[in-house]
Amino acid sequence: MANYYESGDLARFAEVGTHNKALIDKFFEYYGMATGTDGALTKREKQLIGLAVAHTLQCPYCIDAYTTGCLESGADPAQMTESIHVAAAVRGGASLVHGVQMLNALEKVGA
Amino acid sequence: MPMAAASSTAPICFSAYVEAVVPDTHVQQHSDFMELPVITPSTGNIPRFSFHARLAEHALDLPPLSIETLQVNLGKLCNQACLHCHVDASPIRTEMMDRRTAERCIEVLAIHPDITKLDITGGAPELNPNFEWMVREARRLGRHVMVRHNLTVQFDGNPVTGESKEYLPEFFAEHRCEVVSSLPYYAQYFTDRQRGRGVFNKSVEGIRRLNAVGYGRPESGLALNLVYNPAGAFLPAAQASLEADFRRELQKLDGLLFNNLYTITNMPIHRFREDLLRHGGYDSYMTKLVTAFNPAAAEGVMCRSLISVNYDGRLSDCDFNQMLDLPLAGTAPRTIFDWDVEAIMRRRIIFDDHCFGCTAGAGSSCGGTTA
Repeated sequence: MANYYESGDLARFAEVGTHNKALIDKFFEYYGMATGTDGALTKREKQLIGLAVAHTLQCPYCIDAYTTGCLESGADPAQMTESIHVAAAVRGGASLVHGVQMLNALEKVGA
Repeated sequence: MPMAAASSTAPICFSAYVEAVVPDTHVQQHSDFMELPVITPSTGNIPRFSFHARLAEHALDLPPLSIETLQVNLGKLCNQACLHCHVDASPIRTEMMDRRTAERCIEVLAIHPDITKLDITGGAPELNPNFEWMVREARRLGRHVMVRHNLTVQFDGNPVTGESKEYLPEFFAEHRCEVVSSLPYYAQYFTDRQRGRGVFNKSVEGIRRLNAVGYGRPESGLALNLVYNPAGAFLPAAQASLEADFRRELQKLDGLLFNNLYTITNMPIHRFREDLLRHGGYDSYMTKLVTAFNPAAAEGVMCRSLISVNYDGRLSDCDFNQMLDLPLAGTAPRTIFDWDVEAIMRRRIIFDDHCFGCTAGAGSSCGGTTA
């Protein structure tokens, strides 16, 4: 094992069920239903959400998988780029909104 | 958390996609038309994926069912040179069906009224001097005529002679041809990426001119069907979903109309295959196709109801086998001049690794999905 992350390991995901198949089977069933089907959201919308979350998590496996998932559900790079900007904006906003706590702390010390 | 493994689809081939969409990683295409990727004989250990074994595993036998369609390739000359063209067509190709062979195709149609469709392809088939004659003769015989029309030839004309092809919409309408046109996406980026700079805007104008003579309008009975294929090493999205997107977006763009959208999987042969091999994506792409094998799609493969005629008259099971120089098997005739319908129907269709392209997911054929 030369590296912690190997791209080929993505295809080995199911091996995580080696020591408890029942749990991983339930997870995959849930996962497929949650992300891979048209519902109140289209499959494409779910894939674009997945891509945004993948960038928030900065998970290389997920970015790889959801890039393909977006393309195979009919999205294009423009839509995919907008989705990762949503992720970046929410992450940035999550930092900045804590600025209110900074303001509260400043007020507390009378600054 | 990655979706692919969870839904037991194939390993992801991201590198090939990057190379397909990131400028200048492989194919230079910033000229009037794409520069051709160099086709070199593949060397080294290319993995094999046994289509026959997969058929056996599903107890599938796929004998010919009929000859509903005669698909005729009029030649490899084209005004475009597209990234994934399995014909390797371009403005510098010279192979062209001659009049004698075209006449023989029409004779075969005349002998066999059960061959109800003539599917004319190329290259850009309209660049063959016998094209119009062939359309007229097939229509005179009462056959349904489909033309694989690339839209841009209306404006580019003949790259060799400079002859204009602006009259094509009127010609198609007059002879009530079904027009089948590639449009890889409803926006510029993917379309120009795959088919060359400026192709999207020209294609939009081409559709507008076809609409103007009645194509895509339900009341006219003139069918304009669009063809989507992925702009890289990934599978097409669901055909119905993409068709709805294309209809909405093309309507919004310029009030453009079409009848149906067909999704086609990129076949791992010729330019696309060499591109995958060169960049290490062949194994991943084939694994993706093999993993997505669908027995229902396999039952509907187009080679069971079609015969493909090369520009020089040689016969094959389909357009892809034709491009791989695979003749009809056994005692079936080698050329259209030796046409023998009984021997053709007795043949075994030749299947190989590339056939996984037609059987993945919802299936793929010249008429879209098969399952």
